[in-house]
Amino acid sequence: MAAASPAQQKTEHPKPRRNVELILLLIALTIGIGAQVLVGITLEDTIDQQYWIEGAIQAGLALAFHIALRVRAKYADPFILPIVVTLNGLGIAMIHRLDFTDRYAGAEVADRQLLWTAISMGAAILLLTLLKDHRKLRQLTYISLVLSVILLFLPIVPGLGQDIQGAQVWINIGGMSFQPGELAKITLAIFFAGFLANNRDLILLAGKKIGRMTFPRIQDLAPLFFAWLLALGVLIVQNDLGNALMFFGLFVAVIYVATSRISWVVIGFLFVAAGALLAYQFVWHARNRFDIWLNAFDDEIYEQAFGSHQLVQGLFGLAHGGLTGTGLGSGSPDIVALANSDMIIVAFGEELGFIGLAAMLVLYLILFSRYMRAGLGTRDHFGKLLAVAFAVVLVLQVFVVVGGITRVIPMSGLVSPFLAAGGSALLANWLIVALVLLISHAARRPIVVGPMLNTTGEGASGTEDPLRIKEGGGAK
Amino acid sequence: MNSAIRHTWVVSVGLFLSLFAALSIIQVALTDQLGDDHRNSRQLIADLGAPRGPITVDGNAIAESVPAENSQYDYQRVYHDPHLYSGITGFFSVVQEPTGMESAMNDYLTGQSDSQFFDRISALFTGETLMGAQVELTIDGELQQLAHDLIPDDQRGTIVVQDVNTGEVKAMVSKPTFDANDLAVHSGEQFEANLSELTEERGVSPYYIPALNRPIFPGSTFKLITTLAMLESGDYDPDTELENPQELELPQTDRTLPNFFDGGCSQRSEAEFSWIFAQSCNTPFGEAALELGQDPLVDAAERFGWNEGLRIPLYVNPSHFPDEEISLPSLTYSAIGQEDVTATPMQMNMVAAAIANGGQMMQPQLVDSVRGSDLQILDSPDPEVLHDVMDSSTAETLTELMVNTVEEGTGHRADSENFQVAAKTGTAERGTGDGTVNSWITGFAPADDPQYAVTVVYEGIDMSTGNELTGSQMLTMLEAVMEE
Repeated sequence: MAAASPAQQKTEHPKPRRNVELILLLIALTIGIGAQVLVGITLEDTIDQQYWIEGAIQAGLALAFHIALRVRAKYADPFILPIVVTLNGLGIAMIHRLDFTDRYAGAEVADRQLLWTAISMGAAILLLTLLKDHRKLRQLTYISLVLSVILLFLPIVPGLGQDIQGAQVWINIGGMSFQPGELAKITLAIFFAGFLANNRDLILLAGKKIGRMTFPRIQDLAPLFFAWLLALGVLIVQNDLGNALMFFGLFVAVIYVATSRISWVVIGFLFVAAGALLAYQFVWHARNRFDIWLNAFDDEIYEQAFGSHQLVQGLFGLAHGGLTGTGLGSGSPDIVALANSDMIIVAFGEELGFIGLAAMLVLYLILFSRYMRAGLGTRDHFGKLLAVAFAVVLVLQVFVVVGGITRVIPMSGLVSPFLAAGGSALLANWLIVALVLLISHAARRPIVVGPMLNTTGEGASGTEDPLRIKEGGGAK
Repeated sequence: MNSAIRHTWVVSVGLFLSLFAALSIIQVALTDQLGDDHRNSRQLIADLGAPRGPITVDGNAIAESVPAENSQYDYQRVYHDPHLYSGITGFFSVVQEPTGMESAMNDYLTGQSDSQFFDRISALFTGETLMGAQVELTIDGELQQLAHDLIPDDQRGTIVVQDVNTGEVKAMVSKPTFDANDLAVHSGEQFEANLSELTEERGVSPYYIPALNRPIFPGSTFKLITTLAMLESGDYDPDTELENPQELELPQTDRTLPNFFDGGCSQRSEAEFSWIFAQSCNTPFGEAALELGQDPLVDAAERFGWNEGLRIPLYVNPSHFPDEEISLPSLTYSAIGQEDVTATPMQMNMVAAAIANGGQMMQPQLVDSVRGSDLQILDSPDPEVLHDVMDSSTAETLTELMVNTVEEGTGHRADSENFQVAAKTGTAERGTGDGTVNSWITGFAPADDPQYAVTVVYEGIDMSTGNELTGSQMLTMLEAVMEE
């Protein structure tokens, strides 16, 4: 029973902080819709009804999400939604801006992106409402594995798959292109988190100590080896370097967090090195990317088909933006191929400059920090591992995309989360947002425990059956 | 577990820091290097779309940059009264290199000249758009309009008016004209279409200015140069009696040098030099060339500026007189402005201006002043002597001969009641076989206190129309310019 005194309740029960979220959300909408209006003023001179309708749709969706959180997960992290709404809004504005260029003339990609935003946010709200608690997903550990394999290899099914830009990651359903691999990010994260949460103790206890590092037994390496094979399969079969890197990085990070053993990271890097070597030897696509990375400015590589033209023009675009950028609508971002999807970061870098792009990277940094904060705060292992998995997915996506564009690493086809045009990635990332919000809700949700329950230390099980404080209850 | 999460976070932040580092290298440290790469079209687009300073005549813009609509380029170059001025302004295109004044004054117009260094620095810090300098031309708008109206639309004609004391060009018009706006379009396709319509259908090239860039046979106007060589030899003066056969037998060949069949030259088989000059009889000049030899003619021509290019600041192509040895028949024909001799209308006008200015040829100049965006004068070319062609007594003698030409000779159509005009006509055979000629007149007024030099020339015109137009149009221009 709720027997704690008001004073104790004040320290034990954190505030829901939904009002903070609302204020931040208003700022986020101002930025996103404001950018859209700026594009209109710069490139069209008039702001017609369309702008206000689209702005209202964005605001309506964000507020619906906010209300869903108030009802279903009121202790959820208040920063995540505003940041994501900001990035998504900026993405739509930039896509809209690129619709004015010759490259995308008449395509109205922005309208499609807004439609996908609505679908994605609707799906995320639905997931949030129906799931209620992330721990239910733990039961789906092995189903997730099966789903992942199906999703990843769907694009190579004859008649269903499509080859676009040399990568076989698309399927065609009723004229609409969809990247099922994007959803595999979620199912694989669930599988890794579930599997490691279940087998953590076993992996932790067994092992050989060499020097200061404890190395796992060979049979415990099997899942890692499996993840590695999966990544290589994705790479070889689908020519998708970015996703291969992301899946493997994801697994290494999660297994490290599960065991706290640096040896896993070392082994992971060895596998990456071996995989990279194999890919370089046998996969033309990977070797090509590698050559482009090292010799981007070489005239021969610049001129050849699938050469460094895109990368080099991207660098020119970033350089042209300089510190302050040309201003929204005043650059020439359409010179770069795939300007509104894979290379949208370049468009931002050119028109908003280093300052604008750095600010957006800081938003990403805060966002994945909040994901990890949810993992730190939640009490169950599965939740921790799942939150970290999603955070790593976000970090790796951003790093692979921006790193590829800025020549930190070889370029590979991933899209900037929430910014780039593309429905499947948007849907997957919004579903992740819903799941992380649920985890963060579980992390910050106050628990009232009876005297007999162990609420501290390892293995605390108080979260298993929380007694909830009703709204407006004794916590005043 | 939580410490492992924190480690993961630290590594993630490390990855992000590498991105920040890479971005700051690309967007801050290496911007110039990347911007200068020859494969980077962005800097080009920014430069081509940047506002340029206006080109003005009498303070009114004839070329200016206005904000562009629906274009990746920020500004659109607009030309006013293009048919009067496109031949001088040239065009600023995003497709090709600029031409005309747009090219010659490019540094000032874009703000990249040395004297605009501080403007650039201040624009860098204030973030304001760098405004190019304003270039005021020496052209007189009303004279330009008058000259344009005088030339019939179906003729290839050129009129040049210059102040003989300063070298300033007051009017410079040619027909047919073109509209620089057609070539300043931002679409490459549109540009190609407009260009081919201009060159292929109308036969107009926007790439050269007839007054400056196309040397043609000067005909008898070149006798001014031959006369200078004759006077300087000491063997000739206006009263010297000369043989005037209707045909001159030439050495080394069967060719002869005839006088014009319908000219006044047939009246006398022997005459004083001033009469011969006024009637423009060919044979005495041919004979004189044979006596003088080639060197004095080359010397006289080169003192007038032949065989050398010039910037005013538009480029003036060299007019040609052979300085390598030529045959004697060629020499006699060259002495009367045919065969191996060419001249641009500007070159011929410079000859008249030099005689008018007592033998001192002034550097021709089209730019009156260059003003920064704050209207501060950045550059204002001072009149300067280009060539010391002859002493003033020789110039006076030449002037007398030219006055006599107007009063009693071939230049009678340029005779004015208000002031004395000095001029020399010319009719050059073009060798095209269709009987058309280049019809010239070059001269100045008033003869006792020369102010302005005018040259009128028609290319490929029938002889009588040419004679009709040149003399009277020169008079119209002189009367208009003297009235001001």
